[in-house]
Amino acid sequence: MNELLQVENVSVRYGALEAVRGVSLVLAAGETLGLVGESGCGKSSLGRAVLALEPVAAGRVMFDGNSVTALKGAALKQFRRQAQMVFQDPFGSLNPRMSVGSAIEEVLFVHGIGASRTTRRDRAAELFRDVGLDENWLGRYPHEFSGGQRQRIGIARALALEPKLLVADEPVSALDVSVQADIIQLLKRIQRARGLAYLFIGHDLAVVREMSDRIAVMFKGEIVETGTSDQVCDNPQHSYTQKLLSAVPDIDKALA
Amino acid sequence: MHDMGCAITDKALLDVQSLSVHFGSVSDPVRAVDGVDFHIFPGEIVALVGESGSGKSISALSLARLIPEPAGRIVDGRIIFQGLEVLKLKSSELRKLRGARIAYIFQEPATSLNPVYTVGWQIGEAIRLHRKGVKVKAEVAKLLAAVGLPDPARAAGAYPHELSGGMQQRAMIAMALACNPDLLVADEPTTALDVTVQKQILDLLVELREKRGLSILLITHNLGIVANVADRVYVMNNGKIVESGETKTVLRTPQHEYTRKLLKAVPRLHKTA
Ligand SMILES: Nc1ncnc2c1ncn2[C@@H]1O[C@H](COP(=O)(O)OP(=O)(O)OP(=O)(O)O)[C@@H](O)[C@H]1O
Ligand SMILES: Nc1ncnc2c1ncn2[C@@H]1O[C@H](COP(=O)(O)OP(=O)(O)OP(=O)(O)O)[C@@H](O)[C@H]1O
Ligand SMILES: [Mg+2]
Ligand SMILES: [Mg+2]
Repeated sequence: MNELLQVENVSVRYGALEAVRGVSLVLAAGETLGLVGESGCGKSSLGRAVLALEPVAAGRVMFDGNSVTALKGAALKQFRRQAQMVFQDPFGSLNPRMSVGSAIEEVLFVHGIGASRTTRRDRAAELFRDVGLDENWLGRYPHEFSGGQRQRIGIARALALEPKLLVADEPVSALDVSVQADIIQLLKRIQRARGLAYLFIGHDLAVVREMSDRIAVMFKGEIVETGTSDQVCDNPQHSYTQKLLSAVPDIDKALA
Repeated sequence: MHDMGCAITDKALLDVQSLSVHFGSVSDPVRAVDGVDFHIFPGEIVALVGESGSGKSISALSLARLIPEPAGRIVDGRIIFQGLEVLKLKSSELRKLRGARIAYIFQEPATSLNPVYTVGWQIGEAIRLHRKGVKVKAEVAKLLAAVGLPDPARAAGAYPHELSGGMQQRAMIAMALACNPDLLVADEPTTALDVTVQKQILDLLVELREKRGLSILLITHNLGIVANVADRVYVMNNGKIVESGETKTVLRTPQHEYTRKLLKAVPRLHKTA
């Protein structure tokens, strides 16, 4: 098997609540798996468990052939560099007391990327331009941005370390459709160039379809359906998937 | 009939005239909102759409003067709400306006909910403050169920961090509705919700408009939602309103280049040839 990521029967618990129940999935390098489902069904919990940011109650997560839960020290640090997350709540994931430029530079410094301060600063500026932000704003603090700008800062920071795997939790939900299209193109471009794999969590089914090779549908902690994006969107099998697809607010119908 | 300008001020619930909001230095400010005019009639659902960073949230926050001062400054304009000059109100009058008459669903619920109180307590507090005589516990449960939380009792007892992104968003919506406002400012209220819950929330808002004449300023990037629920729409770009009108007219026959660009970028679930 040359899968980059293997999730085997993973469960996540919060006290008595089993938020993720025995989920299995695989993801190859250069591939995108979309993850959709009811609000509160366990998508973010699963995403965090994949990155060892949440303990697993059962099952295991394999990355590049190694069990993620067993990683320690230098190996864990190496994993942290190779597997990054775009958090659903960008504000909460940014340090309010640090300018966003310094935050990105610090991430680079900690992982020994960029020989000097200047190269790190240039890299931060490049990342900012990539996500459509003005590099003159690198000195600003998180609260000085709009919601969609903060979301793009989260993307820039996650891409800074050139990871192999990106768990992107609703990464474009706060963007207007035009900027959103630009970011999707950026993510696809980086994927083609570097073979990056995405676990792409989203509620906008059109966006998830556009991004993903395959889609997994989650319901009450379990994966109830998986297939190619076309299969799942054009010929949904599970009743929840069917319900989901029929609830999409259709602009063309409303204007017809 | 009076002339147009006068008629709007008389009949509108909210009338905003040449509003400008600046951040940063006085000599070289960030012009977040740059001379914006808009109005909302009673019972109307008005959408505000536009580019990320174009000034939608800052315009919305200005209505109840929630701009973080002194970093941000309303440098020009008038805001008339129910006949009141909002920019001239004393702080005691402002407090009455906020929550009770204008309620907000903030764009980032995770950061707007108080992390140290349970969700039920926070919603209860809004009811205690603004609606004397209402049975708090029962009303909290009713609101949490109305916004589609599957287990209202658990949600009420939970701290914000124990809820998923979309559950936090629904708690935020319940809190805004708890105040029984005349104007609801809903800033991206359904971004963290799956489309079935999203539909439930939109149906709820439309129902409140039908039943109570609630007026809604709806900020959203989802033009499908705009097409389905908004009576009129304003399109913002770079601090300015570049186009406005009846929703269907604007979306069918967009006049401004930016609106056309936006409509072209709408992602479609099913590709039509
Ligand atoms: N505290 C602040 N200091 C400096 N600039 C700010 C501050 N808050 C907002 N801005 C700037 O004001 C502009 C308008 O921000 P606003 O939050 O209104 O955008 P928005 O239209 O709501 O965008 P989004 O769709 O991304 O949420 C942005 O360019 C933003 O960077
Ligand atoms: N730290 C926590 N403590 C207790 N319960 C939690 C915690 N985090 C999540 N939960 C619960 O686990 C369940 C799954 O939450 P999760 O955030 O994974 O859902 P989600 O699928 O990402 O939802 P959304 O689409 O709304 O973001 C929810 O019932 C939530 O309340
Ligand atoms: Mg989530
Ligand atoms: Mg905003």
